[in-house]
Amino acid sequence: MILSGILTVFLLAALAPLLHRVLRNKTGIVLAILPAGFSVWIVWAMVGGASDALPLESWEWVPSLGFVLSFRPDGLSLLFALLISGIGAIVLVYGGGYLKGHRDLGRFYAFLFLFMGSMLGVVLSDNLLVLFVFWELTGVASYLLIGYYHEKEESRKSALQALLITGAGGLTLLGGIILLSIAGGGFSITDLVSKAGDIRSHALYLPALLLILIGAFTKSAQVPFHFWLPGAMAAPAPVSAYLHSATMVKAGVFLLARLTPVLGYTAEWHYLVTLAGAATMIVGAVIAYTQTDLKRLLAFSTVSALGTLVMLLGIGTELAAKAAMVFLVVHSLYKGALFMVAGSIDHEAGTRDVRSLRGLIHVMPMTGIAAGLAALSMTGFPPLLGFISKELMYEAKMQAPDASLLILTLGVAANALTIAVALMVGIRPFLGKADQVPAGTHEGYPSLWAGPLFMGFAGLLFGLFPDLIAGPVLSPAVAAIRAEHVALELHLWHGINPVLLLSIATVILGVALYALREKSRLLAGTWAPPQRLRPGAVYQRAVAHLPALAARLAGTLQSGYLRTYLVIVLSAFIVLMGTALLRLHAWPVMDGFDDVTPFEWGLVLLMLAAILVVLFSRTRLAALAGLGIVGYGIAVIFIFYGAADLAITQILIETLTVIIFVLVVYHLPQFTHRSPNATRVRDGVIAVFSGGIVTALALLAADVQLFPSIAESFAQKSLTEGFGRNVVNVILVDFRALDTLGEITVLAVAAVGVFALIRLRPLKKEEGK
Amino acid sequence: MNSVILRIAARHLTLMLLLASVILLLRGHNAPGGGFIGGLLAASAVALRAMACGVDDARRLLRFDPRTLINGGLLVALSSGLPALFSDQPFMTGMWIVPELPLIGALPLGTPLWFDLGVYFAVIGFTLTIFFTLAEAPGEKQT
Repeated sequence: MILSGILTVFLLAALAPLLHRVLRNKTGIVLAILPAGFSVWIVWAMVGGASDALPLESWEWVPSLGFVLSFRPDGLSLLFALLISGIGAIVLVYGGGYLKGHRDLGRFYAFLFLFMGSMLGVVLSDNLLVLFVFWELTGVASYLLIGYYHEKEESRKSALQALLITGAGGLTLLGGIILLSIAGGGFSITDLVSKAGDIRSHALYLPALLLILIGAFTKSAQVPFHFWLPGAMAAPAPVSAYLHSATMVKAGVFLLARLTPVLGYTAEWHYLVTLAGAATMIVGAVIAYTQTDLKRLLAFSTVSALGTLVMLLGIGTELAAKAAMVFLVVHSLYKGALFMVAGSIDHEAGTRDVRSLRGLIHVMPMTGIAAGLAALSMTGFPPLLGFISKELMYEAKMQAPDASLLILTLGVAANALTIAVALMVGIRPFLGKADQVPAGTHEGYPSLWAGPLFMGFAGLLFGLFPDLIAGPVLSPAVAAIRAEHVALELHLWHGINPVLLLSIATVILGVALYALREKSRLLAGTWAPPQRLRPGAVYQRAVAHLPALAARLAGTLQSGYLRTYLVIVLSAFIVLMGTALLRLHAWPVMDGFDDVTPFEWGLVLLMLAAILVVLFSRTRLAALAGLGIVGYGIAVIFIFYGAADLAITQILIETLTVIIFVLVVYHLPQFTHRSPNATRVRDGVIAVFSGGIVTALALLAADVQLFPSIAESFAQKSLTEGFGRNVVNVILVDFRALDTLGEITVLAVAAVGVFALIRLRPLKKEEGK
Repeated sequence: MNSVILRIAARHLTLMLLLASVILLLRGHNAPGGGFIGGLLAASAVALRAMACGVDDARRLLRFDPRTLINGGLLVALSSGLPALFSDQPFMTGMWIVPELPLIGALPLGTPLWFDLGVYFAVIGFTLTIFFTLAEAPGEKQT
């Protein structure tokens, strides 16, 4: 069911552009039927209490690598899947209206479905590797979505920035996943949860945790990776609404929640996650407060909200987990609605500057109601769901095990700033007299306001009747994070207690901040860190310097000189094999010298003499002749040991090599000058060490037998199965024929390479003339 | 190299060496030899001819461009794996027929021999490609 659902979404991604040609303006609504149906199915499953009983589906993909397509529809997965498909359906409808008549609308639907399918894959996977594949797919899909207006340079830049930051995080995440699988013995999240105790005491726990956290933090735009998220608003408004409310940026939050039962509840997790979340919460809120552009206001407040969610997951108490899940739903509802409202305003009024937007309620009443409901939920005003969420959060922060006072203070500050932002975004543009409305503004199509209105009313409905979602939807999600049964009850009215007083104080503070917004904007200009120290600028500089760094690195390592390559390759070999040999403490033993016949001694002495000739000859031809003697000597040794085939091959190869070398030497200059002494010493040292290591390895390897030898079996089967008495030849042409085919192909490529190198060179020279 | 003795010797030796290389190729399955060794010997024979009588003479003797020999050899070697596919065996499984011939008697013929023939031509091809390319390379002689 789940796999086929995800595959259907991907199929729709492929079909959407074609469907759009047929359905034109109705495409959005028609396409929304599937995700809407999917979300209804999820609600049905959750209300039916089936979320615990849904079967784990799995298909072997690459079993040898632990790649198993398995899906675990537990409470947490289903809550996210509900947000993804539900808000996805609304965004489809809204996008159809917002981008009506746009040339690439069909492509927009395709990208959106690609994104939706990837996100569903992320949240429903039970296998960490599969999760990673979908995780990277969300990055690719978001790249396409953010860069939707691809004619604009800013869009392309923002898209690339998002891809680079989250992609780099994705790579560290992969490293973390692999370390985690080593510590936990597999990729199945279900198994990992059951082995959580072993994992937390494993030596690889901390490296795995750090790598995974970087992956989650980049995806969820935590400080200092927060700058890509506001950049991503170069995307069309429906995309922003989707990215910010339900999908990509929450993937990081989802991952933290998913892995809390595996990695969480340790001091390292607690401090790192709480700290990153708290910093992001306050930084996002402060920056948001000083903005004047509707979308930037919303984007930075998303950063702040993501920080809040991460911080709550870091605190790690049961109450914090509950608060996180409630806030997740609240934020998705209001942020999705407000981004769509911002898009509608931009669409109709032609500006997103909050300072010039007034009195819109007179011309856009439906949008105004939606915006008002969403903004009130954002401020945490009763009786909306936002109020319940805020009370819960305060309670969780008060009961935080460490530094609760600091966390609470930061939380109050961030909330007050958020209230000011909510008033700026959702309330102020709609108030005022009718004559202040920008000229030509009017209400958009129903598809533009129906979705936000629905989401705004959902916030009100769940606020008035929190039991609708507390039991069936939120409890299973919290239970998945806590890995134990949890009963969640939500109440609108808690009575008069410290939390309520804190809420009232926050509202007063928030309204005061709202009133002071113009002055503080001026103040912020003087307080802000210098431009070049901001993370965004640091990123720009890093990206700008990357090609030069790459060029320098490649220029050093890939000089084009064979001698440089030899020095690098051999030095690496010496260091790696040398350390391995030193660690082994197994020194090669030299014995059996008694069996060496005088004739063999003579041969060895001859070869040694030839090597001296090679080393000290003044001409290349003499050196070549010396090399030839060494080769023939080896051939004679083969004959001694009865390897006739090898001996013949060696003699023929040696002959041809010498002939070919002579042809090459013909074109080379004489030894007019020798390399400096220092270089010769260096090369000599490298040569002696690599030769010595190879000798030691050969001597050691003679005693090592990791697998039973297949020589016997080859010898036995040679005549019976290969119809040949020459085992060497039967191996070459029958038993290992595929290897031989590969080898002669390599030789053919080498010959073509020689041909190309020699024949193309004169052409170049002529061009030069 | 301009030596009358070498030239005349090479004329006679080349054909004998080529014949020897074919014998090496054919007997390889039961005695030292085979496609690789046979190919190397054949290439040496042509190289000897080229050094004695010039590259053009050697090319005439060879008739084919060495690069064609590489392609042909690789194709022959690759095609020897196909019969196995047609009889539902893994690629390159050796297939044999043993016809009874007059005078010779039972003669095992199999795809490995076919494969060895491919190796033989490929080895001649790439050795001589390298050899001819270097021997014909234009360029000023350095002294």
